[in-house]
Amino acid sequence: MRPKKTNIEDYLRMYRQMVKIRAFEDNANKLYLDAKMPGLTHMYSGEEAVAVGICEALLVTDKITSTHRGHGHCVAKGADFKQMFCELLGKEEGYCRGKGGSMHIADQSNGNLGANAIVGGSMGIATGSALRAKLLKSDDVTVCFFGDGATAQGLLYEVMNMAALWKLPVIYACENNGYSEYTTTEEIVAGKITARAEAFGIEAYQVDGQDVLAVNALAQKLVQRARKGEGPFFIELMTYRYHGHHVGDINRAYYRTKEEELEWKENRDPIKIMGQWLASEGIASESELKVISDTIYIEANEAVEYALAAAYPDVSEVKMHVYAKAS
Amino acid sequence: MRQITLSQAVNEAIAEEMRRDPTIFLIGEDVAEAGTPFKVTAGLVEEFGTERVIDTPISEPGFMGMAVGAAMTGSRPIVDLMFGDFLFLIMDQLCNQAAKAHYMSGGKLNVPLVLRTNLGATRRSAAQHSQSLHALVAHIPGLKVALPSSAYEAKGLLKTAIRDNNPVVIIEDKLMYQDKASVPEEEYLIPFGKANIVREGRDVTLVATSSMRQVCEKAADLLSEDGISAEIIDPRTIVPLDETTILSSVKKTSRAIVVDEGHQSYGVAAEIASIISEKAFYHLDAPVIRMGAMDVPVPFSPVLEDLTVPTPELVAQNASKIVFGEMIHGL
Repeated sequence: MRPKKTNIEDYLRMYRQMVKIRAFEDNANKLYLDAKMPGLTHMYSGEEAVAVGICEALLVTDKITSTHRGHGHCVAKGADFKQMFCELLGKEEGYCRGKGGSMHIADQSNGNLGANAIVGGSMGIATGSALRAKLLKSDDVTVCFFGDGATAQGLLYEVMNMAALWKLPVIYACENNGYSEYTTTEEIVAGKITARAEAFGIEAYQVDGQDVLAVNALAQKLVQRARKGEGPFFIELMTYRYHGHHVGDINRAYYRTKEEELEWKENRDPIKIMGQWLASEGIASESELKVISDTIYIEANEAVEYALAAAYPDVSEVKMHVYAKAS
Repeated sequence: MRQITLSQAVNEAIAEEMRRDPTIFLIGEDVAEAGTPFKVTAGLVEEFGTERVIDTPISEPGFMGMAVGAAMTGSRPIVDLMFGDFLFLIMDQLCNQAAKAHYMSGGKLNVPLVLRTNLGATRRSAAQHSQSLHALVAHIPGLKVALPSSAYEAKGLLKTAIRDNNPVVIIEDKLMYQDKASVPEEEYLIPFGKANIVREGRDVTLVATSSMRQVCEKAADLLSEDGISAEIIDPRTIVPLDETTILSSVKKTSRAIVVDEGHQSYGVAAEIASIISEKAFYHLDAPVIRMGAMDVPVPFSPVLEDLTVPTPELVAQNASKIVFGEMIHGL
């Protein structure tokens, strides 16, 4: 049961945010293919409704922790294209002054405590952020994003246990995109993922991660409850990644078929699904949606050009920020 | 001046800092009513309550990771790791997360936390409760590492650690918790990166970390009977390391032995010895000697365990050899 046309601006913003993520990733992929980006990166394309549906339920003061596949969370929590592309290219104006790169973007001003290149590495950080909120009597909520692959890490069960014991305001958001790197989820998960959270007495939900309105409706409800001290919660979001594990994972036939990928892109695409709904409800016509999309792609393109021309950090920065200064 | 134990000194440091700053909390296994197996934190829960003195399940990576997240967002956690040997359990959270967050974020994220744990063999606890693993953490940029050598040092260094804006690992010798020293009633802090000249001497420099300071003080007494005057330097923090004080001492004495309870190979003693060799080579009259724990897992049987650690007698023997020029073919 979807909400009706009560919040037109919210719906359009969710659409725009999803297109922004896709536009960012299309450009990041192109930078890799054109050999203009150092290293590798992991594409969020296909999973946009997860990050947007959840982050649209959060305030700027709420916190998130992100993953190696983190650009989507970063955009959804309010990050700026220019600083993100600068970071991907190792430039001084990047979010981390070029020291973190794709897998470590942190945007403290928007409550993003950082992407993390260790699978499951941020589960403690997210839970600790929630512990701090409780101890210092702040009402912010922390969302911990991680993938189905990370459910194999023991840390998750240690921190869910403590979060449940101490009723911490944290939401564990498991993005189940069907693959743990190059291995299907069925091969690495025994039992049901949600049952693991339920074993700790944590309320757990499964939701269609391609339906941004469904994700957002659930997230709104759980964030409000977590804010009141009724947390923690667990959400398993059923989704799909369009690209390989990383941009260089081109030949994927040994672990999944082209037909499967096509099926998701044609019939389960979160941006298409939302676009069709906006049109069918008379909120925005197809041509209006195209204008939104074109505007965002132009903005992304400009940010890429800006980042390509931006300066690298001065070599003196290599020893800067190893230690924080005294306050 | 009053005499208190190292355990009391640590307890006082935590209590004083928690009174000063409400964002500080203590977290670990059995830190509240039990006050840890060594009773170091006894009584704190009565003053600060279970909200700030938090007993955890036996989940070291979990509570270490939570401390990192709490520190990033405005708290200043003190993590109690019951035995230094459990460092291996928390390495990802400490070394991949806490140590790197400030750098990887270009200075945006700070992780002001203290990890308190211990080192030291001869407690008859065998190989998984007796290791001195400070070299592991000292190897990772982004962590600071303090090794108190007395109750006085423990209090002053811990208070500095708690006020530092970085992850600091402070490692006490678990055999010293009941050792007493003069500790002033009034507040004091001991700055990081400033070594302590424990005893001045002329003929040989003994660089001694943690409880090896006591070993070297006894060795210096033995040496003085033979007319050898030993200078003892306690680095206090191995990250940052006060190279200046160590090098000036060696330039004066022309000889150095570095004594540290970590395994001798690839360790802290090796690092300090190497710095001396590189930066004071032309002042040396003898090779720089490393003395660490034997490169074996710590054995249980007392007759075996006692063989694995540096002793005053061994330090004195080695010092005599280099002072009297018996080092032609090495030790």
